[in-house]
Amino acid sequence: MTDIAQPLTTADGKPLKGALLRAQARARRRAFLLVLPLLAFILITFVFPIGQMLYRSVYNDGFTWHEDVTSGDRTPIMTNLATWFEANPPGTEPDEAAFAALAADLVTLRDLKAPGQAGTRINYELSGSRSMFTKAARSAKKLEPPYKEAILELDKDWGNPELWQAMRGASSSYTTNFYLAAIDRERDASGSVTMVPENRQVYVKLFTRTLSLSLLITFLTFILAYPIAHLLATLPLRHSNLLMILVLLPFWTSLLVRTTSWMVLLQSQGVLNDTLVGLGILGDDGRLQLMYNRAGTVISMTHILLPFMVLPLYSVMRMINPSYVRAARSLGATSWTAFRRIYFPQTVPGIGAGALLVFILAVGYYITPALVGGADGQLISNLIAFHMQKSLNWSLAAALAALLLAGVLLLYWLYDRLIGIDNLKLG
Amino acid sequence: MTTRTSNDAFVEFERVQKSYDGETLVVKDLNLTMPKGEFLTMLGPSGSGKTTCLMMLAGFETATHGEIKLDGRPINNIPPHKRGIGMVFQNYALFPHMTIAENLSFPLEVRNIGKSDREAKIKRALDMVEMGAFGGRRPAQLSGGQQQRVALARALVFEPELVLMDEPLGALDKQLREKMQFEITRLAHDLGITVVYVTHDQTEALTMSDRVAVFNDGVIQQLAPPDELYEQPANSFVAQFIGENNTLEGEVQEIRDGIAVVRLDDGELIDCKPVNVSRPGERTRVSIRPERVEFNKSRLKAGAHTLKAEVMEFIYMGDIFRTRVRVAGNDEFIIKTRNAPDQVRLEPGAQIEIGWLPEDCRALDA
Ligand SMILES: Nc1ncnc2c1ncn2[C@@H]1O[C@H](COP(=O)(O)OP(=O)(O)OP(=O)(O)O)[C@@H](O)[C@H]1O
Ligand SMILES: [Mg+2]
Repeated sequence: MTDIAQPLTTADGKPLKGALLRAQARARRRAFLLVLPLLAFILITFVFPIGQMLYRSVYNDGFTWHEDVTSGDRTPIMTNLATWFEANPPGTEPDEAAFAALAADLVTLRDLKAPGQAGTRINYELSGSRSMFTKAARSAKKLEPPYKEAILELDKDWGNPELWQAMRGASSSYTTNFYLAAIDRERDASGSVTMVPENRQVYVKLFTRTLSLSLLITFLTFILAYPIAHLLATLPLRHSNLLMILVLLPFWTSLLVRTTSWMVLLQSQGVLNDTLVGLGILGDDGRLQLMYNRAGTVISMTHILLPFMVLPLYSVMRMINPSYVRAARSLGATSWTAFRRIYFPQTVPGIGAGALLVFILAVGYYITPALVGGADGQLISNLIAFHMQKSLNWSLAAALAALLLAGVLLLYWLYDRLIGIDNLKLG
Repeated sequence: MTTRTSNDAFVEFERVQKSYDGETLVVKDLNLTMPKGEFLTMLGPSGSGKTTCLMMLAGFETATHGEIKLDGRPINNIPPHKRGIGMVFQNYALFPHMTIAENLSFPLEVRNIGKSDREAKIKRALDMVEMGAFGGRRPAQLSGGQQQRVALARALVFEPELVLMDEPLGALDKQLREKMQFEITRLAHDLGITVVYVTHDQTEALTMSDRVAVFNDGVIQQLAPPDELYEQPANSFVAQFIGENNTLEGEVQEIRDGIAVVRLDDGELIDCKPVNVSRPGERTRVSIRPERVEFNKSRLKAGAHTLKAEVMEFIYMGDIFRTRVRVAGNDEFIIKTRNAPDQVRLEPGAQIEIGWLPEDCRALDA
């Protein structure tokens, strides 16, 4: 028995606790050095870009700063207007002072050759305003007081209160307007949040469509994967290996090849339709539209994401001893009851993992809907890509992406609350 | 033992054969009748077809040929859940996502038994295996022995008349196993249930059963009460498989008055009881239990054949002495003697003479 009052020491009399800490510190340092490259990689390729994206979704300096491309000098722009906006509350009718400030700022824009940049920023919120800026800036030097008449003379749209609301919003680099836009909202002339007109409501509809299609795809993969996974888990190894190869085959072929082959199969002049017409099941004018619409997106994505459902299910089912079902049967349960009450509940962690995986992948899927989705099979990620590449409204793209990310995180949190993340079995 | 006629048979296997692959028979021509209330053990080496028989009885495998009857009814076409047979699996197969009480409730729920009835039965079954306090726990929170008890309670809670157990104690340590052996036999006896029990362990088979069926290669080698099995093995497989056994090889010289004279391979003659030898000239394997070998001349019958032996090794084992001797060219011949105050301790190298009663020395198939 050791004396508890005395601190324990090592053989050579040093305190045991200190020795233990020192020994562990060395091991910890070594472990840290080993993961350092991965940590750096994740920081550079994951955490930093996401941070950048989140930042961009609330920060846009198109109407506040000009950066010279060659020298890199940054000059503030639209300062006079910003001062006027600060002095007057939202909804104030722009007066002579406001137009004088605008005229002065237009002169600065012209000197910096930046009217396009400022116009683009306003154009995000009110289309058609970019050309007003470039036109006005060209004649900015010639403007004379009273500025209000002079500018309205150039284009009477300069009196549009929505334009002034848009400029007020853009006069600060930090804004939530992109988030509003991402959920089909905007600020009206008086500065309060309203829905955008019906013909411009796209994002909420797309979010809903993305959500519902992803749910549908998750459900379809589940329905298809469950029996396959069960077969894989119960078949003798010889046969199950072959089946496993068939399941994994999609992983080994390029996504593009697979998507194109779906096109070949499913388009209206494709193999499937030709066969059905050839067999007389369909008339030549009744060919099924299975491509370039929602059906195309659902079919191709279900196929592509199927392995992500099969593998977690398989790994869970393989661990379920067949004697459980036998025990249930011997205790008097029909095979259906044995499945429902004994087998199925034990596969729930696999279902959860597979569904979470497939759903998250589906929500962010881009290439397949872009290729086979047509007009109404596009998902939110296609719109994000559109804003990244075509309209160059990166802030809006970032806001949309951030909402998507928030949705996925919410889902993850819900999963954790309902099933528990430690129940997740991925393979 | 009472004589068994087919009208008091509860479980019957009639000429049952089973093949998994269509090429080899795993169970060959099995005939077995069990009366109600019997505790029957299937004992045999690995792969001899014990589990297969149990699975056919439970309904998880179909017999390739032959008929299995339960209480006079053929059950070949009855699905497992309608057979009403309780079963204890080797790995217990307690449902991991249910509590102990829910596990026991399951067979009652599928039988549509009312809630209050269910609770009473669950309580009674858990108390029976002294697990009453554990109803709220999950199987993973129990020790192996406790899980075993729960599995037993679950197999009994719906009051089946027939309970099958496939090596239910295989995973337990020796002490716990002995305790459970006792409890299982007590319960089976108290409840009057019929039990088919599968084990590898011959001690278990001998101590627990009313009758033991020794399996080898898909065939029942002998079906007999434990004492008969041990003292009167029907063939050399059973003699070898059950308990410790000495064998000497030789040829039958003559059979007369229920005594077979066997000439051992080194030329010596001994008297045996003929079991499955019938005519002179046949090869035979003679089997003698180590504790029936006698080297004290005064305890042998006058005129009994004796053999010269040389002591090779003496092993002190506490309650018994184990002496290894060389006799008739066999130097693995064992003699067991009780550690009594007047018992002789044989020194290695000593020359002795050994003998036995003719009825303890059985001439079996070669
Ligand atoms: N599902 C099966 N498919 C094919 N062969 C099987 C199957 N189950 C058992 N066998 C074969 O049947 C033979 C008997 O098996 P069984 O499980 O009945 O033996 P056992 O006596 O229970 O052995 P153990 O003591 O090892 O449990 C073995 O040769 C085994 O390989
Ligand atoms: Mg077995």
